[in-house]
Amino acid sequence: MKSKIVIIDYGVGNTLSVYNAIRQLGYNVAVSKDAADIDQASAIVLPGVGAFEAAMNNIRKYHLDELLNEQVLVKQKPIIGICLGMQLMATTSEENGVHKGLNWIPGDVVKLDLPQEFSVPHVGWNDLTIHKKEPIFARVDEKPHYYFDHSYHYNCDPQHIAAVTEYGGKSVVSAIKSDNIHGVQFHPEKSQNNGLKLFRGFFNSIQNL
Amino acid sequence: MLKKRVTAALVIKDGIVVQSSLFKKYLPVGKPEIAMEFLNSWGIDEIILMDISATKSNTSIDVDLVKRAASKCMVPVTAAGGITTLKQVDELIHTGADKVCVNHAVFHNPSLVTDIAHKYGDQSVIVAVDVIKDADGNFNVYDYVNKSAVDKDISSWIKHIESLGAGEILVNAVHKDGTYSGFDLELINLVTRNTKTPVIAMGGAGNAADFIDLFQNTTVDAGCAGNFFHFTEHSVTTVKANLIKKNIPVRLETHANYKENDFDSSFRLKKKTDSVLEEMLFEKIIKEVI
Repeated sequence: MKSKIVIIDYGVGNTLSVYNAIRQLGYNVAVSKDAADIDQASAIVLPGVGAFEAAMNNIRKYHLDELLNEQVLVKQKPIIGICLGMQLMATTSEENGVHKGLNWIPGDVVKLDLPQEFSVPHVGWNDLTIHKKEPIFARVDEKPHYYFDHSYHYNCDPQHIAAVTEYGGKSVVSAIKSDNIHGVQFHPEKSQNNGLKLFRGFFNSIQNL
Repeated sequence: MLKKRVTAALVIKDGIVVQSSLFKKYLPVGKPEIAMEFLNSWGIDEIILMDISATKSNTSIDVDLVKRAASKCMVPVTAAGGITTLKQVDELIHTGADKVCVNHAVFHNPSLVTDIAHKYGDQSVIVAVDVIKDADGNFNVYDYVNKSAVDKDISSWIKHIESLGAGEILVNAVHKDGTYSGFDLELINLVTRNTKTPVIAMGGAGNAADFIDLFQNTTVDAGCAGNFFHFTEHSVTTVKANLIKKNIPVRLETHANYKENDFDSSFRLKKKTDSVLEEMLFEKIIKEVI
């Protein structure tokens, strides 16, 4: 049986822990960068550990940018980006020089600029204030904890914000949503039950999965 | 609000989790994947797999071991031990490690830290610093392979590590290792004063009081323990319950949270009264469906 969920494998990033988490929920999921696999999938996961430039370079190298543009913007397939995977959806990022992203949800990824007493990266468990509950936060309690680990954050129009997290006196965008496009700054695959509930909420919202 | 982290270090020697004492004595505990599964269900915030035999035998932490252990784990996993090349990091990150931790390599190949940060982002590389206190009360960087102090000033060494691009700094007090005598607060304060990078304190944790002490008297981001988590019942959850009683922000989302329990003077759980236990006997607990 072909997998209905595909985790995009673009050479950087820990795809295995995302795979383990989704498998644990009982879904048939594959890790792939193959056009045929991605084309027949009903849902796409764009994971990410790594630096922006290296990730974008690999996406272009494997021609995933054109492929994903078609799947996400034309065919309107549900996609969720995780951490760097979410940041790749921005217009630009200033990590190690200014780089262009996929530009699916207009916004800029900028360095966390915080007062001296706050450490950067923002690492550890932090809670969320949810703006858009459906679909990914449909099954979690209010103010759920998730595991964060990032030095850059997403600035975008408030209409696309699905959740924010307070850190260093800043309201950091921790989840974004625009129609079929979802992104989370934290790591659901590393956030115990709250992470599993997020994946369940996302996949439950998708027809014929 | 960002929570303080309670971190576990699984010290691994020749494929087995061990209890370590003063970097000299080791007692076997068990298989890494079993320890991992337990810590995960107790609600640990993150786990560091630390292979202390790797560097000495010129290898790096076993990829299969990391893969087996990480598959049981729904919290971040850091792989440490004998990492000297970017190729090893590639392998570890692709088999389930979320971060890597380098220690000895920083002495002779500092650019490794920068290379890892450039490829995987600075959040993916932790630099560990072993520190020993000498007879005069001075702190010295410690080389665990040659078993000797290195002539490096702590403040400037920490700044050097930060400048290389480390995402976190793990400070391990060698003189506290396995002593259950509490974290070295003086050392931790010295380190946090010199960096903006998140700091993880390790060495000396023996019970919840040590974590309370650490978080009340330093600005450290995480407290890490190895030994005592294996040998005290419900260790992780009881530490967190006691931290919350002192208004220290931590994540406590396990089903059994011990918020209503009493603890004795050494922070072990007190028995509930017979009437409470009798009531609990008939309480139906429905397993949460995700």
